[in-house]
Amino acid sequence: MDQLDRFEAVALPIAQANCDTDQIAPARYLQKPRSADFGRFLFADRRFRADGTEIDDFILNRPAYRPARIVVAARNFGCGSSREHAVWALYDYGIRAAIAPSFGDIFYSNCLKNGLVPVALPEEAVQELIDHLIAHPGDRVTVDVVEQTVVFPDGFTHAFFLDPFAKHCIVKGLDELDFTLSQSAAIAAFERGYGPPER
Amino acid sequence: MFDKIWDSHRIMSREDGQDLLFIDRHYIHDVTEPAFRLLRERGLTPRSPDRIFGTPDHYVPTHSRQATAINDPERRTMIEALTRDAAESGITLFGLGDPRQGIVHVVGPEQGLSLPGMTIVCADSHTSTHGALGALAFGIGATEVGHVLATQSLWQRRPRRMRIAVDGSLAAGVTAKDVVLAIIAKIGVAGAVGHAIEYAGSTIAGLTMEGRLTLCNMSIEAGGRVGFVAPDDTTFAYLHGRPYAPKEGAWDRAVVRWRGLASDAGAVFDHEVTLDAANLAPMVTWGTTPEDALPVTSRVPDPTNAPSLERREAMTRALDYMGLTPGTPLEEVPVDRVFIGSCTNGRIEDMRGAAAVVKGRKVAAGVDAWVVPGSELVRVQAEAEGLDRVFTEAGFQWRYAGCSMCLATNGDTVAPGQRCASTSNRNFVGRQGAGARTHLMSPAMAAAAAVTGRLSDVRRLMAGA
Ligand code: SF4
Repeated sequence: MDQLDRFEAVALPIAQANCDTDQIAPARYLQKPRSADFGRFLFADRRFRADGTEIDDFILNRPAYRPARIVVAARNFGCGSSREHAVWALYDYGIRAAIAPSFGDIFYSNCLKNGLVPVALPEEAVQELIDHLIAHPGDRVTVDVVEQTVVFPDGFTHAFFLDPFAKHCIVKGLDELDFTLSQSAAIAAFERGYGPPER
Repeated sequence: MFDKIWDSHRIMSREDGQDLLFIDRHYIHDVTEPAFRLLRERGLTPRSPDRIFGTPDHYVPTHSRQATAINDPERRTMIEALTRDAAESGITLFGLGDPRQGIVHVVGPEQGLSLPGMTIVCADSHTSTHGALGALAFGIGATEVGHVLATQSLWQRRPRRMRIAVDGSLAAGVTAKDVVLAIIAKIGVAGAVGHAIEYAGSTIAGLTMEGRLTLCNMSIEAGGRVGFVAPDDTTFAYLHGRPYAPKEGAWDRAVVRWRGLASDAGAVFDHEVTLDAANLAPMVTWGTTPEDALPVTSRVPDPTNAPSLERREAMTRALDYMGLTPGTPLEEVPVDRVFIGSCTNGRIEDMRGAAAVVKGRKVAAGVDAWVVPGSELVRVQAEAEGLDRVFTEAGFQWRYAGCSMCLATNGDTVAPGQRCASTSNRNFVGRQGAGARTHLMSPAMAAAAAVTGRLSDVRRLMAGA
């Protein structure tokens, strides 16, 4: 997981609401090991025909959007299946932030655990950004994780919420497990007071 | 009730407002390999193997019980990895060929492993199913699975609370599946995002345990990571005597404790939704999200009547994918495939409900209809009741337990362009195979579709027509 603080990148608009994780990473790739390049599977069934050739109308296949590192999507992005593979597909493609009015709950936490910044902004602001990006392919957006702001191509800055702890992990490229392991004594004490598995 | 369970499992809080929750039960299956790999890479082992139970479901073949019947090496590797990881860690596994194997969300309740008041997690969004027993159960991602394996705990932010009250008695032919599809149609697939759903009301109280499992299973399709029902006598009667449920004195003490879990009369919710069940008809989906559901007596909706431009475009895309023309009566839509099974509707009552419709009838010409029990115990029970013969004599395929065509990762797929009447939970684009068209419905409705060859109002068949 890379360290991330501030970056500016091409943003890919996904105008449809309720884009589910089955679309982001189709189920047949769940059997691949994490070492596989999941970037190749990102939106696979919308990007490629069965014979592997590209579907020209899919937005990610248009040259201006190919270098995208930010996704800007309509509401409830990443709903459905809990598959972390959806985040891996985005991450391996190079995406480091997803901006949307709302996210699937499990997807949101999966993002935080993989160095992909989920940015929730008001619906009108996101819609405006999507419209702008469709009209101006290849325009760039800046995400500042430290300041918790997004700068739109028109120069306007929007603040967003990020859990302080998750932010610390993303900025430093750390994960939560080390911290929890350091609390093992507290977990053991809780479990002693709590009793053995119920039978 | 939600807060009672949450608070009794809170180990500590972090200054950012997240709580470290102790996890009572962790289910694993054949998509858990990445989490074990993560653990191994860090030199860690599962902290509490006695709280972890596993069974393979996503990749198991349903025409055979032999791992060698899986001709895809990657799929075989996933099942082998589960077997190895469980054995190395001393985790109880109901493996392929074990009489208790099945879909993890069918097996957990069936074994009495999912109990009221527990915290339960699994790397699968339909973990919400176990909330039917009065547990706090939710799906997690692979990294979170690694975290739970290593620490038996998980950091979570307390969600908001939503109560969905359903009142009124259900008409004949209307099931828990129809109730939950009606709920999702009403609140939308994002209606419960960020919320834990408590189901209440007389309809819910009147549901069987299996109906409640179907209901809670689909909470995630409304965006809710958690859905639950307060435990009551129905819950206790279901659990009593199950292999892992408490026994004798421990049982009596547990029931006293469980009775105290129900929400207090004055409990406050962030959102309240009500639904009148008395007028519900059997439901089917026509589009590509579970909120695209209508009574089977309706017509395919017309996008030009959509409330917004965005909705109009989404409907047009969905109808195009589904190959449907606005205005067509849903009952005139022909089907090619029928799938009765999955963690939503793969339990014994589902088998009985479907068999009651099939009995004495034949699968329509040109329809390929399957029944895939949710667990091997369900299969054996159904066979003891003669249900398998009702299905096979009608022309259905009767298979072994697994996820099968719900997700199509084991190779059981619906072909491109084929239309499937399915009792599963997701009608997403490509869910049952690339280009597959899925209509979600109850087992009785799927059985009606199988014997008529089209989407059909099961109430007419029940009346003998
Ligand atoms: S039956 Fe379907 S929804 Fe349920 S666990 Fe299996 S794949 Fe997931």
